[in-house]
Amino acid sequence: MEEELTRESICQQENLVYSRTPLMTPKALSYCPGCGHGTAHRLIMEVIEEMNLQSQTIGVAPVGCSVLAYDFLDIDMQQAAHGRAPAVATGIKRLLPDKFVFTYQGDGDLAAIGTGETIHACNRGENICIFFVNNGIYGMTGGQMAPTTLPNMKTATSPYGRDVVSMGYPLKITEMIAMLPGTCFVTRQSVHTPANVRKTKKAIQKAVQCQLDKKGLSFVEIVSNCNSGWKMTPLESNKWMEENMFPVFPLGDIKVPKP
Amino acid sequence: MEDIKLMKGNEAIAEGVIRAGCDGYFGYPITPQSEVLEYLMMARTEERTGMVVLQAESEIASIHMVYGGAACGKRVMTSSSSPGISLMQEGISFMAGTELPCLLLNVVRGGPGLGTIQPSQSDYFQAVKGGGHGDYKLIVLAPASVQEMYDFAKLGFDLAFKYRIQVMVLSDGAIGQMMEKVVLDEQIPRQTNEEIIKNHPWATSGKTPDRERNIITSLDLDPVKQEKINIHLQEKFKRITENEVRFETLMCDDVEYLFVAYGSSARVCQKAIQLGREKGLKVGLLRPITLFPFPYDEVAKLAKQVKGILCVEMSAGQMIEDVRLGANGAVKVEHFGRLGGIIPAPDEVLNRMEEIFISKNNYGRGTN
Ligand SMILES: Cc1ncc(C[n+]2csc(CCOP(=O)(O)OP(=O)(O)O)c2C)c(N)n1
Ligand code: SF4
Ligand SMILES: [Mg+2]
Repeated sequence: MEEELTRESICQQENLVYSRTPLMTPKALSYCPGCGHGTAHRLIMEVIEEMNLQSQTIGVAPVGCSVLAYDFLDIDMQQAAHGRAPAVATGIKRLLPDKFVFTYQGDGDLAAIGTGETIHACNRGENICIFFVNNGIYGMTGGQMAPTTLPNMKTATSPYGRDVVSMGYPLKITEMIAMLPGTCFVTRQSVHTPANVRKTKKAIQKAVQCQLDKKGLSFVEIVSNCNSGWKMTPLESNKWMEENMFPVFPLGDIKVPKP
Repeated sequence: MEDIKLMKGNEAIAEGVIRAGCDGYFGYPITPQSEVLEYLMMARTEERTGMVVLQAESEIASIHMVYGGAACGKRVMTSSSSPGISLMQEGISFMAGTELPCLLLNVVRGGPGLGTIQPSQSDYFQAVKGGGHGDYKLIVLAPASVQEMYDFAKLGFDLAFKYRIQVMVLSDGAIGQMMEKVVLDEQIPRQTNEEIIKNHPWATSGKTPDRERNIITSLDLDPVKQEKINIHLQEKFKRITENEVRFETLMCDDVEYLFVAYGSSARVCQKAIQLGREKGLKVGLLRPITLFPFPYDEVAKLAKQVKGILCVEMSAGQMIEDVRLGANGAVKVEHFGRLGGIIPAPDEVLNRMEEIFISKNNYGRGTN
């Protein structure tokens, strides 16, 4: 007679195919289904866990959809004012140089209100990691135009499309900071396919290693969808991202660490 | 043997923070307080005590670096002058909301706007009544000498950690720039990381298996919880009000005409009292040392005793509102001040006291 299937009989080590990342808290993510933020969180936590850095890590959360990142990441964290995360991380790292310190920021946070803090932390070569989730929009406040919004893209504050003549061009801040001698590793990735997820994880590992090796600032941009802000289904948003975001924000390493 | 040096006010507080075991300074140059950063850089603090000193790209960055360092349980500070302090209000409000200790120095210059680089006391409201957004207070210490600039470094850090609050030393360009003798203390060792973990269990130091993660945030979207946080803050401010009032009185035993003044203005009044006493006038001084908490009770006590109060400020009259609250109508409280960076002269101050209260035959008392 066949054995009855019970929860206990199923939950066996040999049947394990996937589990919650240990350093993600059990709290349900507050992100819209299909949003890239959750995947980005998970990858960072996987790397911290695999590199055994939990007790060494201090993270800085931004203002944006990921303002509550500290609810989901099982590490010490500090919530920063809008755009100021790189300055906050500077304060932490300068006083605790042996800790692993990172910021997690959106495009409005990092490339609009926090442009100054971003560029100067990069220029000083602060030995921190910046994880930058670029979705071309202000997700949290309801889909307003961001510095990274594409030309002609419609948002709540560019309802007829971003007119570059009066509203400016998408800011390629990642290319800008790659020019600064203080940065050691600058890359642009995405998390919309399994292959890209694997590449992004490698980039995060490399960024963390750069910090452990005291090489300066490493910067991982993750081009991501905001299906809610873009008013699309998750699948549509990923397709739109490939067709429209990647030509302006091409994926790949922009600056690789010196050996 | 006593260690005595001739120093500028700005240098004295810089030396004071080093000796008080400060872990980090983040700041941006602005007159009349750039000597603080310059002195700290010159002092090679990294070699002397391990103290980190960093010139930030702006006052906004400075205060948020302080916010980051304070979250780690470190003794951190920044300094600036009026326009820079305005820029810092965002970060100060975040520190108020997260109850992080720090030391802030405002070497006030005349405003509004870029104003002047000359000394002023026109930032009293900003310092004492909140400054940034939200219901919060700073402990505000008002030095009137170079020695106090030095002393308030340690006192400021001690109070900041005792209450987990931001302490502002509200100085001005005159106290910052003038030179006086300073008696220096022994170096206090900086706290070790182990001591911080033990003494400040809230600090972000990396989550270890023996504790929950430490989160430093001022955000709580639930209004019921947010109200609780605010009530908790208000209770703290009340405890501070009950326990930390500091002031000094001069010639107040028989005083009939009272000056109330802090900082540089108090120094001017000291001299005015000398001149007045030589003329046989019973003038005295109440000098608030803490501007928050304000010595309301002492004002109330003296208001019942004197025939008139003259509030001397290098502003259009800001502290006078607190003096009037303290006096509560018991006696007339008048203002005298110079604006825009001018320091009043002692005889000018004394003349005004005589004009208002004395030559007009005590019109200050009652309604006669
Ligand atoms: C000083 C300040 N200005 C404005 C806001 C409002 N605000 C909150 S989130 C946000 C934009 C966030 O966009 P982004 O950084 O791109 O993050 P996303 O939500 O897209 O992940 C803004 C403008 C704020 N909280 N603080
Ligand atoms: S609003 Fe956009 S960025 Fe924010 S959680 Fe939803 S999909 Fe993600
Ligand atoms: Mg965004």
